[in-house]
Amino acid sequence: MEWTRYIDPLLQGCWVTIELTVYSTILGTLLAFGAGMGKLSHNPLIKALSVTYIEVFRGTSLLVQLFWLYFALPLLGELIGLDLRFHPVTVGVLALGLNIGAYGAEVVRGAVQSVPRTQYEAAKALNFTRTQTLWRIALPQALPEMMPPFGNLAVQNLKDTALVSLISLGDLAFRAEQLRNLTQDSTTIYTMVLFMYFGMALVLAALMGLLERHVGRWRHRRR
Amino acid sequence: MNEPIIRCEGVVKRFGELTVLDHLDFTVDPGEKVTIIGPSGSGKSTVLRVLMTLERINEGVVYVDGEPLWHEQGAKGLEPASEAHLRKMRQKMGMVFQHFNLFPHMTVLRNLTEAPRYVLGLSPREARQRAEELLELVGLSDKAEAFPSQLSGGQQQRVAIARALAMRPKIMLFDEPTSALDPELVGEVLRVIRSLAEEHELTMLLVTHEMDFARRISDRVCFFDQGRILEQGPPEEIFSSPKEQRTREFLHAVLHPEE
Amino acid sequence: MLFGIEWDTSTSWAFAWSILPILLRGMVVTIQASLLGFFVALGLGLLLASLKGVPLKIIAWPAAFITEFLRDTPLLIQLFFLYYVLPDYGIVLPAFLTGALALGVQYSAYTAEVYRAGIQAVPRGQKEAARALNLSERLTFIHVILPQAVVRIVPAMGNYLVSIMKDVPVLSVVTVLEMLNVAKIIGDRTFNYLIPLTMVGALYLLLTLVAAWGVRVLDTRLPKRGIPLK
Repeated sequence: MEWTRYIDPLLQGCWVTIELTVYSTILGTLLAFGAGMGKLSHNPLIKALSVTYIEVFRGTSLLVQLFWLYFALPLLGELIGLDLRFHPVTVGVLALGLNIGAYGAEVVRGAVQSVPRTQYEAAKALNFTRTQTLWRIALPQALPEMMPPFGNLAVQNLKDTALVSLISLGDLAFRAEQLRNLTQDSTTIYTMVLFMYFGMALVLAALMGLLERHVGRWRHRRR
Repeated sequence: MNEPIIRCEGVVKRFGELTVLDHLDFTVDPGEKVTIIGPSGSGKSTVLRVLMTLERINEGVVYVDGEPLWHEQGAKGLEPASEAHLRKMRQKMGMVFQHFNLFPHMTVLRNLTEAPRYVLGLSPREARQRAEELLELVGLSDKAEAFPSQLSGGQQQRVAIARALAMRPKIMLFDEPTSALDPELVGEVLRVIRSLAEEHELTMLLVTHEMDFARRISDRVCFFDQGRILEQGPPEEIFSSPKEQRTREFLHAVLHPEE
Repeated sequence: MLFGIEWDTSTSWAFAWSILPILLRGMVVTIQASLLGFFVALGLGLLLASLKGVPLKIIAWPAAFITEFLRDTPLLIQLFFLYYVLPDYGIVLPAFLTGALALGVQYSAYTAEVYRAGIQAVPRGQKEAARALNLSERLTFIHVILPQAVVRIVPAMGNYLVSIMKDVPVLSVVTVLEMLNVAKIIGDRTFNYLIPLTMVGALYLLLTLVAAWGVRVLDTRLPKRGIPLK
């Protein structure tokens, strides 16, 4: 059978795809909480910074962001006398994380704003500071609210990693393109690749489902 | 004679066009148990919410424990209070809400220890000890590890009372603490409030529709109407021989709803 | 030179000014591809949603699987699949059409869900009330359910149109001359990527802001009660 020969190189690509997904999801989560909470901040500078970040990265295309960081940023670095040439892996993780983080920030903001006003009043009556209220009372309650959209974003992020093959990173999409050039057996290769992405997406969605149940466990307890 | 612990002078609170508190003058002595009754929309709850700093006032001055609540003594008289001043003043008060407002993501124990630990700076051990004593007081020692959603409404409200007490306030504000409860659960909450009233030096301010209860625990009953106190006095006097027509009508409607 | 338009590399500003018309030509392609892909997605999504709603499991289940499969696999791979595999079966399409088709296929998974959610969001009581008035199943759907579902469906679809616009640059891999590809080519030839790519970013921001504003206006214009079809 021909197709068995493709398994090894494609699995190597899968591994790179998984690594990229994990790193960029972690970066994206940090940015999502930072910018999402920043948008709710009363400090005008932090708020403006967060809003600008969210709007720019949600308003432009991921591929534009990726190419900008890969092709344009080093030139900007030359202009201002800094070495801003990064390894393609760094550029890929940065672009994916920045992009998904901007979408995640809106999820965080929306979920925090959906916490009932009465919870903020109870916190005030107990004399919590604004920051404590946000991080100790509002955010933990908002977390389960965020999980379903976060699950969708994680799968979106996995799919988006395919674009880093365009800056010659050896992920699954890149391996597939290499094999196709070599063998011209497009039907077999791309069918396999589609199912591999599908499989990874299902596993990721299942993991996010477990996480969702974990952070929302106080919700499911009933008398 | 003691200084009053709460003194409202000409307090006005408006919501848009609506005047909820209309030049309210009102004092409470230390240790006094005061019940506020009156028709809905008369501003009863707003008084508590103003004291807890959940609502700003438009005019007037409120003094709590000898200091202005919404103001600070500045170089040129009273100035609007800073957040630091408000936080200092909030420390003197605790509040129990109609809908309990427990933190749903925390166990009962953590509901009670969170603020003492992170607001008062108690050690985990001290906070836990304090919480356990209070849970015993409200009869819920066995529910320490439960989540609020696993408790009945009456149990949740008892936890909410304990949570407010854990901050060791001088003044306790109860905002219709039994109005959201099923009738059979009202008693257990009232018993807890009553034992507090009888055994502690706390100043208590209570908004309620439970007239029997008000009669038994209060030193004084205030009848609110249209943002002011229309009539006040010892419970026997208000309930047995109210002077004002409006008070009589209200009490009659509450005590004999079917007539 | 691109599209017969020369660029002027004497100064940065002159360069930016001279490539603007070229980038705008790319933007026209971006918009065309978005719209074509969007209409494919609307049609294909409706088909998937309808098949998923068929009571026969042998039809509904594969439709549900296909929807899930399309949603969980990358646009880039779907595009490569169409681009390289279709010709093997004798279907040769221009790159632009293949690209728009890929956008439509990917987003049909999302639009199918919008149709389903929009119809499901109409309260059950509405259907029951119509049935009680002895309206047929078909008339109930056309006169009661659909008018109320449309107001939920249209804004959600608008948001996906904006998303599709942001995915058009992926088509550059099959040589479609959309905005990003144009900027990349200018960069390759002048060794100046900074200006064209930054301009593409700014133009994208402008494009999505205008489109998002349009969706919002549409949303506020829609009567919340629903749209009667006659």
